[in-house]
Amino acid sequence: MTLCFEDFSPGHFGSFGPRRVTREEMLAFAAEFDPQPMHLDEAAAKRSMLKGLSGSGWHLCSIMMRMMFDGYLGRTASLGSPGVNELRWLAPLRPDDELTLDIDVVEARVSRSRPETGIVTFKGVVRNAGGQVLCEMVSPILVQRRAGVTAEQAG
Amino acid sequence: MRFFEDIEVGQRRELGSFTFTADLIKKFAAQFDPQRFHLDEEAGRKSLFGGLAASGWHVGSVCMKLLVADGQCQAAEAAARGEKVAIWGPSPGFRELRWIKPVLAGDTISYASEVESLRLSDSRPEWGILQARNTGTNQGGEQVFSLLATAFVPRRNSHP
Repeated sequence: MTLCFEDFSPGHFGSFGPRRVTREEMLAFAAEFDPQPMHLDEAAAKRSMLKGLSGSGWHLCSIMMRMMFDGYLGRTASLGSPGVNELRWLAPLRPDDELTLDIDVVEARVSRSRPETGIVTFKGVVRNAGGQVLCEMVSPILVQRRAGVTAEQAG
Repeated sequence: MRFFEDIEVGQRRELGSFTFTADLIKKFAAQFDPQRFHLDEEAGRKSLFGGLAASGWHVGSVCMKLLVADGQCQAAEAAARGEKVAIWGPSPGFRELRWIKPVLAGDTISYASEVESLRLSDSRPEWGILQARNTGTNQGGEQVFSLLATAFVPRRNSHP
């Protein structure tokens, strides 16, 4: 069944993963979108603040998006997202990390300008196998309300 | 790349532009964001976006790509002048990312970066912390993307 606005209420929503990230995919993303030496070159990476080869933060965000899609957004009546309130990169993504994603619903409210649509604000936390938090994000997503709910209220 | 001491609030860099073809939009989406409006023209037309739309993470990743290319360009210029080259540190994150308008197949987005604030790091005295507003504007002059990014920038005399 497709998830609608009414299926999201504040609190813990779910845990997703694990998703393993290989060195090859880290290097491929960095080569295309973020070719800084700390993401591409072992020796340069060792000298960097992150002290070893690390994945691009945008790769980590993109993987989190895919984990959200596979976990629940792919079966949600999502209309897209207006943005990200805050994103924090707290620890580096390393080759062969096994990522898990925890999703909380921070807020769920009906849109004032589009009463047939809800705005669900999610907090996502990505951790590695050791439980270290790599990334935290707070982002709203527009989600359709279940058919009938708006009709009832309009009537 | 520039050192902390070379940067001033209000400095703006034009980062160049990127055309989001349907093929590139679908390739990124298939890997990272396979929502139907990012993969299929018809589904895109029926969505709020009104056409095949790039994943917002694609739009952000391309901004990173052009920021890195601009930094490498500045580094090459500094090296050619015989100056020390600054190697920037990682980013602790960003705030206020706005996907203001959809980026549709065929759109060309011009990116820019403007420095909003500068301060020294309390915990890492050899680094400064920069906040920059990075934006993307489409071929019609409409701003489509904006975020307030943070990055560690090296201080001139603290790095070999």
